[in-house]
Amino acid sequence: MTKSRERWRSIIRAAVTLAAAAALYETLARSGTFPAVLLPTLPKIARALLESFADGTMPLHVLYTMYRVLFGLSLAMIVGLPLGILMARRPAVEHFFLPLVSALMPIPSFALVPLFMLWFGIGNTTTVLIVFYAATFPLLFNTWSGVRSVNPLWLRAAGAMGADERRLFWNVIIPGASPFIITGLRQAFLRAWIAVVGAEMIAASDWGLGWVIFDAKEFLNADLMLASLAVIGAIGFVFERLVFGTLERVTVLRWGMMRAAKG
Amino acid sequence: MQDAAAMTAAAGSSGHRATRGEGRWRFVWRNVFPFLVVGALWEIVARAGVFPRRLFPTLEDIAASLVSLTVSGILPHHALETVIRLLTGFGIATIVGVTIGIAMGRSRRAEDIILPLVSIGAPIPGLAYAPLFLLWFGLGNFSAVLLVGFVAAFPIIFNSWTGVKAVKEIWVRSAQAMGADNRRLFRHVILPGALPYVLTGLRLGLAQAWRVLVAVEMLAAVPWGLGWMIFGAREFLNTDVMMAGIAVIAIIGLTLEKLVFQKLENFTVVRWGMMVA
Repeated sequence: MTKSRERWRSIIRAAVTLAAAAALYETLARSGTFPAVLLPTLPKIARALLESFADGTMPLHVLYTMYRVLFGLSLAMIVGLPLGILMARRPAVEHFFLPLVSALMPIPSFALVPLFMLWFGIGNTTTVLIVFYAATFPLLFNTWSGVRSVNPLWLRAAGAMGADERRLFWNVIIPGASPFIITGLRQAFLRAWIAVVGAEMIAASDWGLGWVIFDAKEFLNADLMLASLAVIGAIGFVFERLVFGTLERVTVLRWGMMRAAKG
Repeated sequence: MQDAAAMTAAAGSSGHRATRGEGRWRFVWRNVFPFLVVGALWEIVARAGVFPRRLFPTLEDIAASLVSLTVSGILPHHALETVIRLLTGFGIATIVGVTIGIAMGRSRRAEDIILPLVSIGAPIPGLAYAPLFLLWFGLGNFSAVLLVGFVAAFPIIFNSWTGVKAVKEIWVRSAQAMGADNRRLFRHVILPGALPYVLTGLRLGLAQAWRVLVAVEMLAAVPWGLGWMIFGAREFLNTDVMMAGIAVIAIIGLTLEKLVFQKLENFTVVRWGMMVA
């Protein structure tokens, strides 16, 4: 009873904050302290958002960006997951790849954008590869530490009960490592999402959410910039909460590998 | 918080596996060997002439431009500007982020007011704000530093907030029962209790700041900086200069992670027994 009241109060306060922030922004925009082109009013931003959806450009931008992210992410999964598992299971592989990975990891993916532009030109190839680079490392690292952290007792127990290598892998190691792997996927997506926006800005093609923002800057279209910013935030939020939240629920939580309440 | 496991794993992995009997040389060799293989492969591809040498320089070319740029003082100047920018932005983010995070953790009202704003801002990639910042604050240093600070503040806020909330209720109550006033409670219980989280937040914040800074330097037309150097070198097809710049970026990133934060952690939380080394 008091719990739910407290929660209601939190929701009301959050709503009040957001309304207050919006009102503050609106008065600032209307006061004319800053040029209206640079600080568009909220209705203007909303109109830009609606218009860009209505004439079909925004969905296309979203589509291009999603294609690049998902393609890059799939490549990262194809490389990162098996390599992470191999590194954890075979010391020789680990000895070879770990120093390389540790040296490559601190290089931000954006540093490679100009180089990739020279090598692969402007457009899809470069952006997909940048996403791939950005997403691989978190995935690889989390898979590696996940497989290593599987309780050795489970392995021995399964071995004692006569599990062969294949069953051991699918029924013990993969479920055991899955919380880490899903965390890795989550981080990989976040990284990929940042990388794609940056790569699209620099290695500009004709489509993509990052490109819209950067292109709108040239024409002082601050309303379109803020509208695309909202779309970028919304997609990021949806993926983080809905897609990965659901993924976590149907796998790890159901298998009882992790408690629902985190930190 | 999620990165923490990966990071400690990364930190511990290279060190502990070298058993004492094998000796130090074996350990060094094991770490160097992969680089030799990759370097040899690179060299073979570069010399085979599959790609134009301008686009795929040999290691010799890269090393030569690294040396000549360093000797002429250009590369150190670029690196210095980048590091100063990083530290300024990160310093702002630390002060603002830790303050907001702790305020959110301590006061229900602050949490209710700030959390919605932070949760809306956080999922938008920092770089997406870059053109907006450039429009609002102009090209150059100010925008770059501000954006770096802005981006780095989010993980710091989140982790400080979680950290304060994660301080055990029992510690707070027992300190209060022993007659600690608010100030002492804060200094001797809450601050040390939240510190492991705060440090994780700082680490993540610095990593984000680093990533964004390199990109922002390309966009914001700053006169000096490693990101700008790489971007500028593209215009002249100076791939060797680009590779040299990337190498320096990797070295700075590695140094920040290994030397600064691991030392800091050993010095504070590990010493206070809050965390195992």
